[in-house]
Amino acid sequence: MSVLECNGLCKRFGRTEALDRVSFSVEPGRIVGLLGPNGSGKTTLIKLANGLLTPSEGTVTVCGRAPGKESRAAVSYLPERTAIPTWMSTAQLLEFYRDFYPDFRMDAAREMLDHLDIRPGQRIKQMSKGTREKVQLIMVMSRAAQLYLLDEPIGGVDPATRDYILSTIIGNYNPEAAVVISTHLIADVEKVLDEVLFLNRGQLVLQSGVDQIREEKGMSVDALFREVFKC
Amino acid sequence: MRWQFSNDAPIYSQLIEQIKVGIVSGMFAPGERLPSVRDLATEAGVNPNTMQRAMTELERDGLVYSQRTAGRFVTEDRTMIEAAKRELAERHIRTFVAAMLRLGYERKEIAALLKQESAEEEKTDVGFGV
Repeated sequence: MSVLECNGLCKRFGRTEALDRVSFSVEPGRIVGLLGPNGSGKTTLIKLANGLLTPSEGTVTVCGRAPGKESRAAVSYLPERTAIPTWMSTAQLLEFYRDFYPDFRMDAAREMLDHLDIRPGQRIKQMSKGTREKVQLIMVMSRAAQLYLLDEPIGGVDPATRDYILSTIIGNYNPEAAVVISTHLIADVEKVLDEVLFLNRGQLVLQSGVDQIREEKGMSVDALFREVFKC
Repeated sequence: MRWQFSNDAPIYSQLIEQIKVGIVSGMFAPGERLPSVRDLATEAGVNPNTMQRAMTELERDGLVYSQRTAGRFVTEDRTMIEAAKRELAERHIRTFVAAMLRLGYERKEIAALLKQESAEEEKTDVGFGV
């Protein structure tokens, strides 16, 4: 069964068509890049997939079910903006996640935090922006979820942090689960991806494998993106 | 191992090439157990499925074999490793010759230049007392 499936998915905000008849599916074990210029509908799609928005038309399902209480248990979501409570210490945050999510892997989270020399007593608000993003990603990847929805996980961080985040995603790879990463920093993520979805003005313009693009077009996904979305 | 990728070729074929270089150069010794696909993927910063695909192809070529529970190993067949080395060398030579032809050299001149270059290398080596 597909982990994520969209069929004729539309979302309108007033007269703006944020998503227009989008259909695709994501299979278990795949790491998929959701790529598109600013305002192409990436965040809208991710929010529809985890039930923060409802479709205007069409359907979206996670593991065969419409987004809701049950699907949320299967989805680990990294929002665009840091959303962890900043007054908490790392230790409190770990307990908070354990209380909320039965699939939270405490040992995995501790190990990753340890690896970054983040002390349990340190408060989130004392951390730099990059460290906060790392901590939040660790929380998200420490869940044994079926679908990881990562909205711009590498947007505002330095290249070293970017590498760390990407290797965390690879290191937590699970053949039963799927990962959807939205970004416009394609050159950095393309080696990590199985396939890519190109969104443009709310429409899905391409779904293809990364190596398939390189094989057929003789160019990287980044180069193809620049060609397709040339201003 | 230092992994580097160009933008014009599929990632899996670049992985195959680089693992071959690793085997040929002895970084992965004959009969040595290879790291797991996940560890190699993390190290190279690539998708685990892509690394798996590279391994499957190397296995099909025979340079690598897997034992059901123990993992994946480099072949002990040195003739096969020698052949892979020769194949990689021939590819480098073809690329080199093509580049020289583009510069306007003739095949004979290319050979002469190579000879001259290696003679100078030898002199320098002696000079440094190596």
